[in-house]
Amino acid sequence: MAFIRMTGTLAALLLATGIACAQVSKLNDAQIAHIAYTADQIDIQAAQQALKKTKNQDVRAFAQDMVRDHTAVNQKALALTKKLKVTPEENSTSQSLSRGAADKRAELAKLSGAAFDKAYVDNEVAYHKTVDDALQNTLIPGASNSELKDLLTTGLKIFQGHLQHAEQVAAEFK
Amino acid sequence: MRISALRLPRVGRRFGVLLILWAGSANAAVIQIKIENLAFAPAQVSAQVGDTIEWTNADFVAHTATARDGAWDIMLPPNATRSVVLKTAGTIDYYCRLHPNMTGEIMVSK
Repeated sequence: MAFIRMTGTLAALLLATGIACAQVSKLNDAQIAHIAYTADQIDIQAAQQALKKTKNQDVRAFAQDMVRDHTAVNQKALALTKKLKVTPEENSTSQSLSRGAADKRAELAKLSGAAFDKAYVDNEVAYHKTVDDALQNTLIPGASNSELKDLLTTGLKIFQGHLQHAEQVAAEFK
Repeated sequence: MRISALRLPRVGRRFGVLLILWAGSANAAVIQIKIENLAFAPAQVSAQVGDTIEWTNADFVAHTATARDGAWDIMLPPNATRSVVLKTAGTIDYYCRLHPNMTGEIMVSK
């Protein structure tokens, strides 16, 4: 249990430091697009893991909403990068996001039943807080192209909705 | 009553039915609300009992229009238009179940 708690903290630290590094060195649009796309993919994978493991109706419905919305956002992002002829570029922030998410998935894989449900939903609350903060303070202000900025702004509103939705589901497990 | 109804000519009976339908919808309005950029616009509307509220979702993600009192829960996929007829007076608070940061209010008078 102590180990699980420690890896959770480590993952949170990785996320936080990843975003903090991004604030120091200026990101270009190709890197911003890669971070946003990666952040979406991570939440889709988390939802897919939940759909395999959960038996709770509300958690299942939430996970299905996450797959649908994040897939829709990523389709828009891919269409936009294609239109702008921008190739999303991997960077230290998107790498640390992926590493943190892989650790979290491994941690959640060991849980089942209500313990899994609670851990998944709590992580969704924390994850959307981190991503919303990164969008608001780093990615949206850093984007140069106005269409990319607009899509990230719409994405932020969608994810702020997800945060509230996740908080409602999390309240069930309090 | 039954006999007199039977004695009405066929055309007359049809006209009577049309008249009732027309009278029932004479003052009813259709109030349109657009969903765009994760917001109901307008977020507040006034209506009368019998009016129809019609939502159109212009976003690329699905939304719902869900009454907080549970009276209705309308699913709105991207580009969909769906409606509800207001049956009782009062203030209806509603929101999107998928994105609870989206809220709206309908004030229904008699």
